[in-house]
Amino acid sequence: MKKIFGRTPSLTDAPTHYCGGCGHGIVHRVLCEVIDELGLRESTVGIAPVGCAVLGYDYWNFDVSEAAHGRTPAVATGMKRARPDLTVFSYQGDGDLAAIGTAEIIHAANRGERITVIFVNNTVYGMTGGQMAPTTLVGQKTLTSPHGRKFEEFGEPIRVVELLSQFRGTAYAARTSVHNPVEVIKTKKAIKKAFQAQVDGIGFSIVEILSQCPTYWGMTPVQSVEYVRDELVKYFPLGTFKDETGAKASAV
Amino acid sequence: MTTQKVLMCGNEVLAEAAVRAGCRCYFGYPITPQNEISAYMSKRMPEIGGVFIQAESELAAINMVFGASAVGVRAMTSSSSPGVSLKQEGISYIAGAELPAVIVNVMRGGPGLGNIGPAQSDYFQAVKGGGHGDYHQIVLAPYSAQEVSDITFLSFDLADQYRMPVMILTDGVIGQMMEPAVIEKKEVRNLLPKDWALTGCRGRKPNVVKSLYLGDKVLERHNLKLQERYRQVAAHEVRYDAYHLDDAELIVVAYGICARLCKSAMNDLRAKGMRIGMIRPVTLWPFPSRIISQVAGTGKSFLTVEMSFGQMVEDVRLAVNGKSGVHFYGRGGGEMLTREEVLKEMERLYAQLRGGKNV
Repeated sequence: MKKIFGRTPSLTDAPTHYCGGCGHGIVHRVLCEVIDELGLRESTVGIAPVGCAVLGYDYWNFDVSEAAHGRTPAVATGMKRARPDLTVFSYQGDGDLAAIGTAEIIHAANRGERITVIFVNNTVYGMTGGQMAPTTLVGQKTLTSPHGRKFEEFGEPIRVVELLSQFRGTAYAARTSVHNPVEVIKTKKAIKKAFQAQVDGIGFSIVEILSQCPTYWGMTPVQSVEYVRDELVKYFPLGTFKDETGAKASAV
Repeated sequence: MTTQKVLMCGNEVLAEAAVRAGCRCYFGYPITPQNEISAYMSKRMPEIGGVFIQAESELAAINMVFGASAVGVRAMTSSSSPGVSLKQEGISYIAGAELPAVIVNVMRGGPGLGNIGPAQSDYFQAVKGGGHGDYHQIVLAPYSAQEVSDITFLSFDLADQYRMPVMILTDGVIGQMMEPAVIEKKEVRNLLPKDWALTGCRGRKPNVVKSLYLGDKVLERHNLKLQERYRQVAAHEVRYDAYHLDDAELIVVAYGICARLCKSAMNDLRAKGMRIGMIRPVTLWPFPSRIISQVAGTGKSFLTVEMSFGQMVEDVRLAVNGKSGVHFYGRGGGEMLTREEVLKEMERLYAQLRGGKNV
């Protein structure tokens, strides 16, 4: 019998702790496929964040570090500068990247650190029980915005890739989603470009991935992907905000 | 600059010694009175193919150290008191993740923004664990430019050997004062290869660097392992200088720049026939408790001198354990003690002691 499909080597066979319908598993899968397709597994160091993905090292079959909440881009900077031959990515959630780690992500991008950031935006703090995040939509109910987020009190959700794409140091910035198979394929393509930007040494790369959190959105998995499709993408448009991979790669 | 004597300020001696000790990554953030270190590193690191980053904050700097160390490269950060407070989170993570790291604190007056005068008021933070969790860092306190150099070489080896953070605790005077020093490695340690480092999993199973330990008793086991390591450090790495303990009736305990003043005052008073001795802790953690405990007893009194309002004196009292009187003299808030006032206090206390008063 011919085997035509199997687990990509960068993914372990451990069952994940993620809730039913959660997007993290999908992101892990395409991330690991990209790493294997680019032949980077044995030179990769991943950084798991404080958040739902903290146990990344159980699921990723390559070297992994943890980092303090929000400090992941600083840890990645230290790694990549110390060992430029390694492929370094940070995997971060919305609270980690856009609240407590705002300074670290902005300066890592501005310095053009040759790292790749996988930013999973599901608009809530999952690990701590579903609190409001910097990316929670106005009106969205969470554990700490029981009447819906109000702009007057907590401002608007931060559009991270739009912000980071303004820096000269940023080589690639895109927003994708994992709410249907087409978007999953686009997500994989974006992650591949982001890693290619690092391999080519042209600058900082980030892919923001809109992801569903049925548990803390109080929805079924089906309702949650519909919420991404109908609500999240309205405020967080999908697309490529910066792409210098072609230009600089051909110039080299 | 090979092994000849150089005339440099303590901070620059520290930076050059770090480079010669194999430090290849330096991450800092501006704060007085340690700016000479980052300025020196910004010039020196590119010369040797090393890394210099002026980070966006002390938080970022210590986490860059975490990253560089995790991939197996010797890394250092330096700051002064308020900045070192910011690094405490990172130091706790470094301790939890069993990473080597060298952190320099050129202490200044506090609390809060304080001032930029020299101080020793971060002793508690340094030796009692300024961050969260049951951990220790090795704390070394040089008292001259030469010792700054020696301790810097030693710090990188200790950090690698025990896979834990090492703090060089110095102050504005030691950092700014220019003195001759020979910057060379004096001790050789056999260090194990860093097979735990994240260097890419080619030909081996993946490595993980982490401080999260979930599950029944898992974190306790991790802590017990750390505690055993701390016992090893305490058993093998205590360093101190002792002077005239055989005949001393008054034993001064002081570290860093204070020890320099006290030693000079002690020598003057001994020339006048006063039986004064001194213990100068070089490691503040592990603390030289055993020698203090051994010499404590009838006919001996202790005087702890610090540029703080009394921090190390608590460890002296613990070591003395009621067997002798323990006195304290200090100033704080970034004010420098003078040799004369230390001498006067030693003389006064000695006279009081000889007068048969119960001290």
